[in-house]
Amino acid sequence: MAYTEEELKKELETKEYEYGFYTDIESDTLPKGLNEEIVIAISKKKEEPDWMTEWRLEAFRAWQEMEEPEWANVTYKKPDFQGISYYSAPNKKPKYDSLDEVDPELLDTFKKLGISIDEQKKLAGVAVDIVMDSVSVATTFKKTLAEKGIIFCSISEAIKEHPELVKKYIGTVVPKKDNFYAALNSAVFSDGSFCYIPKGVRCPMELSTYFRINQAGTGQFERTLVVADEGSYVSYLEGCTAPSRDENQLHAAVVELIALDNAEIKYSTVQNWFPGDKEGKGGVFNFVTKRGLCEKNAKISWTQVETGSAVTWKYPSCVLKGDNSIGEFYSIAVTNNFQQADTGTKMIHLGKNTKSTIISKGISAGQSQNSYRGLVQVSSRAENARNFSQCDSLLMGNRCGAHTFPYIEVKNKSAQIEHEATTSKIGEDQIFYCNQRGIDTEKAIALIVNGFSKEVLNKLPMEFAVEAQKLLEISLEGSVG
Amino acid sequence: MLEIKNLHASVEDKEILKGIDLKVNAGEVHAIMGPNGSGKSTLAEVIAGQEEFEVGEGTILLDGEDLEELSPEERAHKGVFLSFQYPVEIPGVSVTNFMKTAINESRKAQGLEEMPANEMLKKIREKSELLEIDRKFLSRSLNEGFSGGEKKRNEIFQMAMLEPKLAILDETDSGLDIDALRIVANGVNKLRSKDNAIIVITHYQRLLDYIVPDFVHVLYNGKIVKSGTKELALELEEKGYDWLKQEAAV
Repeated sequence: MAYTEEELKKELETKEYEYGFYTDIESDTLPKGLNEEIVIAISKKKEEPDWMTEWRLEAFRAWQEMEEPEWANVTYKKPDFQGISYYSAPNKKPKYDSLDEVDPELLDTFKKLGISIDEQKKLAGVAVDIVMDSVSVATTFKKTLAEKGIIFCSISEAIKEHPELVKKYIGTVVPKKDNFYAALNSAVFSDGSFCYIPKGVRCPMELSTYFRINQAGTGQFERTLVVADEGSYVSYLEGCTAPSRDENQLHAAVVELIALDNAEIKYSTVQNWFPGDKEGKGGVFNFVTKRGLCEKNAKISWTQVETGSAVTWKYPSCVLKGDNSIGEFYSIAVTNNFQQADTGTKMIHLGKNTKSTIISKGISAGQSQNSYRGLVQVSSRAENARNFSQCDSLLMGNRCGAHTFPYIEVKNKSAQIEHEATTSKIGEDQIFYCNQRGIDTEKAIALIVNGFSKEVLNKLPMEFAVEAQKLLEISLEGSVG
Repeated sequence: MLEIKNLHASVEDKEILKGIDLKVNAGEVHAIMGPNGSGKSTLAEVIAGQEEFEVGEGTILLDGEDLEELSPEERAHKGVFLSFQYPVEIPGVSVTNFMKTAINESRKAQGLEEMPANEMLKKIREKSELLEIDRKFLSRSLNEGFSGGEKKRNEIFQMAMLEPKLAILDETDSGLDIDALRIVANGVNKLRSKDNAIIVITHYQRLLDYIVPDFVHVLYNGKIVKSGTKELALELEEKGYDWLKQEAAV
């Protein structure tokens, strides 16, 4: 399975050929609406094997029987699923010719985040003179990874190149009938990432830069599958601090993590989809299913910083199947203006001596609503399960809301479950104290919010943490008046 | 340095300061004493720019500049420092980080570069020794879980770090045991110079044994009813405030 450089080159050549050959189809966009023909058409366009097409169809048939969930603490106008086009080829044409044509507000944010000019162009969809480093970076990356036998590619590529792995693991953690949006994703997923770390291999780098550069245009139904084989380790970074403006209103991604015996996966997300304007118009609906499976002595850590989207519905979870496995969830969710977030986690303890930790920090400003929803479940066979949960909410102003919905189901007497929750408000006395020391109000809020979020920020890889910190400041700018 | 003329201030239509006149020169220490509710803390906060208070008549001049239009942080940048009676907690923000931010924000306002890290560390070491503060203390969250004494000592540590022109110490002695009081007072005394001024607000003569004032003022019912030298503090300790209240009522 190990790549050599030669094979890589060959692969690139054949890819170019593929692109050339399928130009006609790529410029295509499927008509609006969803039915079996559309699902088959998507699968065909992606040249998938029959088993994949069949898999998608099963998901679609299940989805048709399902109803959109309503239990989340959010209100929004339900999307018209027949009014969406489910396949649009990646647009190769740049949206703009130069940065001058891009919304100045967006550029301002890029600047504040310290994003390089080249990357700004890429993110805003501006034509780049030299085909930005993306190809070379990706190649260097792939080379280093290939030496270790690590597979890291798009899910479409994986379906073609590594069908045995995809077939073995896809849908094993998030079954295609798991829930309404997971079923929809399974039927129509556009693309996403696949990552496989072989036995005993420690991935030598954060899988980030590559992803970040290639993130634009992954589409609205993203599918990610990460498999860490026995005794391996990987740290995976998803998302981008740069604001993503996307015409697609509905995003329904599925992420599956599989940590085999003694493996460890660290999965970090920074999500900054367009949250809608100050009046609450527009914005992305982000309905995500993320779940990881831990075998014996395995560990999965989810760390997320959520600042974007108009409506977020997301519960990165861990199924602690193997004995002594560990699940962790560290989250910062910021809502401002009219944003709504219902997010949290599920820790399912099945094995003996399993441990889980949940640290959730919710920050609400403006007229937003921020809910934590979490489930800690201990099965009857899970001897000596341990959980510690801490849910802290920080309120800014008088018009926002923070809600906590913790669910605990324990069927084994030896379990130890702890739950702590606090709600606090940024006080005028705190602000005045900072002002008196020469720190203006904006900076004071940033300081207080960063302090509040510190336990989670500390869990992010260094470079990501710095960006996330800045992102928190920007998200809350002007929220205290 | 500080010149307050006929200062009136109210909160929610209730007048608390009813015409204060006070002049503090560089190099001086002034003590302000007075019974509870006489307006001592209000005076301190109004000088610092707390917007909760409505300033009616009167002016506050710092080196001849009217402070009225300046925000609290701008006043801080000009060298006004308030040691709070009840310092607030900021969870997750270490004392060091807080000080670093405060110093660099002030420098930014003055058009200076950020203070280099080695200089900052040197300063922190120097000032924490001055106040006999354990270095471990500086990585704790600001005021979170601090004892009353630790909070006050931390306020004076901040004063030492920021080197203000005008420092107002609002009941810095409350909550301090006698050893801590001595350390804090020592620290303040070492910070005294011919270029800065200190206003000490207190209920008790005790603090003034350590920080010896040049002038003592008695605030009662929103006005300074008596001013004198340090002997006035001793007289108050002996007789209480009643005789002054009667004098003021006449």
